[in-house]
Amino acid sequence: MKIVFFCLSRIIQLLPVLLGITVVAFLLLRVMPGDPATLMLGSRGTPEDIAKLNEQLGLNQPLWHQYLRFIGDLVQGSFGRSIAYKADIGPLILERLWPSLALVGLSTIMAVVMTVPLAMLTAVRRGGVIDQIVRVVFVMAMSMPAFWLGVLLVLLLAIYVPLFPVSGYGEGFWDRLHHLILPAFIIALGTAALTIRSLRSSIIAVLGADYVDTARAKGLVERDVLWRHVFRNSLTSTISVLAVHTSWVIGGTVVIETVFGIPGLGSLLVSSISARDYPMVQALTVTFATLVVIINLLTDLAYALVDPRVTLS
Amino acid sequence: MSAPLLSVRDLKVTFAGRGRTVTAVDGVSFDIRPGEIFGLVGESGCGKSVTCRSLIRLFGGAAPSRMEGSITFEGRDLVTLRNSDFVDIRGSRIAMIFQDPMTALNPTMRIGRQIQEGLIRHGRLAGRTPRQAAVDLLKSVGVTAPERRLDAYPHAFSGGMRQRVLIAIALACRPKLLIADEPTTALDVTVQDQILKLILKLRAETGMAVLFVTHDLGVVAQTCDRVAVMYAGRIAETADTAQLFAKPSHPYTRALLGALPALHGKQDRLEPIGGAPPDLSAPPPGCRFHPRCRFAVGQCAREEPPLLDVEPGHLSACLRMKEIA
Repeated sequence: MKIVFFCLSRIIQLLPVLLGITVVAFLLLRVMPGDPATLMLGSRGTPEDIAKLNEQLGLNQPLWHQYLRFIGDLVQGSFGRSIAYKADIGPLILERLWPSLALVGLSTIMAVVMTVPLAMLTAVRRGGVIDQIVRVVFVMAMSMPAFWLGVLLVLLLAIYVPLFPVSGYGEGFWDRLHHLILPAFIIALGTAALTIRSLRSSIIAVLGADYVDTARAKGLVERDVLWRHVFRNSLTSTISVLAVHTSWVIGGTVVIETVFGIPGLGSLLVSSISARDYPMVQALTVTFATLVVIINLLTDLAYALVDPRVTLS
Repeated sequence: MSAPLLSVRDLKVTFAGRGRTVTAVDGVSFDIRPGEIFGLVGESGCGKSVTCRSLIRLFGGAAPSRMEGSITFEGRDLVTLRNSDFVDIRGSRIAMIFQDPMTALNPTMRIGRQIQEGLIRHGRLAGRTPRQAAVDLLKSVGVTAPERRLDAYPHAFSGGMRQRVLIAIALACRPKLLIADEPTTALDVTVQDQILKLILKLRAETGMAVLFVTHDLGVVAQTCDRVAVMYAGRIAETADTAQLFAKPSHPYTRALLGALPALHGKQDRLEPIGGAPPDLSAPPPGCRFHPRCRFAVGQCAREEPPLLDVEPGHLSACLRMKEIA
C-alpha cells in the first residue's frame, strides 16, 4: 500500500519533468537546420511544392500552435502522425519498443549475474590472479568499441562456431531470446565493467566495517559473513551506477541494434532524425524520457528494499 | 589459586606494511583466571587492542604478518589453531564486544536476527524458539519491551541500547571469556556507568572471565580484579587493582596516575607525560619508556628491564623499581 502510494506520488511529481522534456525536444528539432519538406522532395522540389507540403504537414503554423498540437496528440495517446512513415506513431513505437526493452532487460540481467559473483570474488581475493584477470578482461571489453566487439563475437560465435544467429530478431519467445543473447552480452560487458569495479570497492570498504567483526565474533563461517552481512550493505552505490548506466543504454543501443539488425527504438530514432521526421523524434524523445523516469523510480524502490533506513515518503 | 583460563606467553604480533614492519605487541605474557575481570590499560597505540584481537584472531581486515608465542585457552594453543577450528571457538567459548556500538551492528539486519545468528550457529537454543531465546537475552541485558525491539533495525536504538544488544549477542552462547575492547569509550558518562554495572552483574551471574581493555584508570578501579599496564607493545606493570593503585612501581604507571584528577584530598597540579609514545617500527633501545621517564639513568638506555616481583602477585619492569616504589 505504502509502495503504491509512493509510486503514484512520484509519477505525479514527474509530470512537470516530462513537460519540460517535451519543450526541449520540440525546440531542439526546430533549431536544427534542414526541414522535412525539402528532404522529402529532394533537389527537384520547387519552392511552391515545398510551401504546399509544409502546409499539408502543418509546419507553416506558428510554433506555439505546433507545440500545442504535439501535446494534444500526446495526451490523446496517438502520438501524432509520422511524416516519413505516413502512419500513426503510437503503434510504430510500440512495435519497436519490445525489442529494445528485451535487449536492455536481458543485458541488465546478464550484467548483474556477472557482477555479483565476480565482484565478491575479486574483493575477497583482491590482488590475486582472478582479480587481475577480471580487471584486464573488463577494461579491454570497455575500451573496445561496441560495434567492433560485436563483429568479433559474431565472427567467433555465429560464423566459426555457429552457436548464435548472425543477426535479426526471430519469431516466438525462445527464438527471439536466442537472437538477443549475443547483442545483450556485448551491452552487458560494458555495464558489468562498471558495476564490478563499483561493487568490488564497496565490498572492500564494508569488509573493514565493525559489524563485520561482530558477525565474525559470533563464530559465523566466512561464507555467511559475506552473504548475510557484507553483500547487502555493499549494494547501494552499485545500484546507482547500474541505474545511470541502464538509462544511458536505453538511448545508446543504436550501434548494437544496427550491427545485429534488431528493429529497436535506437535505429528508429536515428533514421527519423535524418529524415527530419519531427513528430516521430518528439514522440521518441518523450518515450526515452519516460523509460528513464521509470528506471529512476525502480532505483528508489531498490534502495528502500536494500536499506531499511531509507523510507518511502 | 585456580588454574588460569587463558595463558598468554611471550606473544609477539608483527604487521608488515609499506617496506617497514611494526611489532605492535612484543613479548607480552599474562594469565586470566576463570571468572575474573582482567584490565589491560595503556595509551592509544600501545598494543592493547592488538593483544585482545589476537585472542580471537579478528583484526578488522588488517591481518598481522607474524604471530609468535603461545595463547593457551582450555588446553589449546590459539596461535597455531587452524582457522576452521577457530570459527567454532568464536562466540561459543570466547566472545567480544567492540568500542563503538554505533557501527558494530549491521544496519540492514533486524536486531532479533542478529542476536539469533550466534545461537543458531552454535546450536544453543536449548529447546526454545530462536525468538524466545532472543527475548530472554534482551531481557537479561536490561532492554525494555524486548518482544517489540526484536523486529527493529539498529538505527532505532540509542548508543547505550546498542551496546546492550551487542553484549546480548556476545553472551548468547555463555562464553567462558568475554573480550571487551573499550566498551564504554564511545558512550556518555551515565550510560558508561550503566554498562559497567551490567558487565559486573553478568559476570557474577555467569562466572565468565572478562578481558577489559581501556585507557581509563577510573574504569579500571571500578571494575577490574587485576590489571596490566601496557606501554609500547610491552607490559610495564601488572598487579591486583588495589596493589597497583596503592603502590605503583613503574614510572609509567605513576605518570598515568599523576595525570588523573583526584576527587578527595589536596589536589596537586595534574602532571602530563612529556613527549610522545615511540614509533613501534623503530622502538628505543633498552627500556622503551626511558626517553619520557623522569627517573631514567644511563643504564635504562642500554638494558631491557625484565618483569620482576615487587611483592607477591605484583610485577614491574623497571630497573629502578626498588628505589621508586
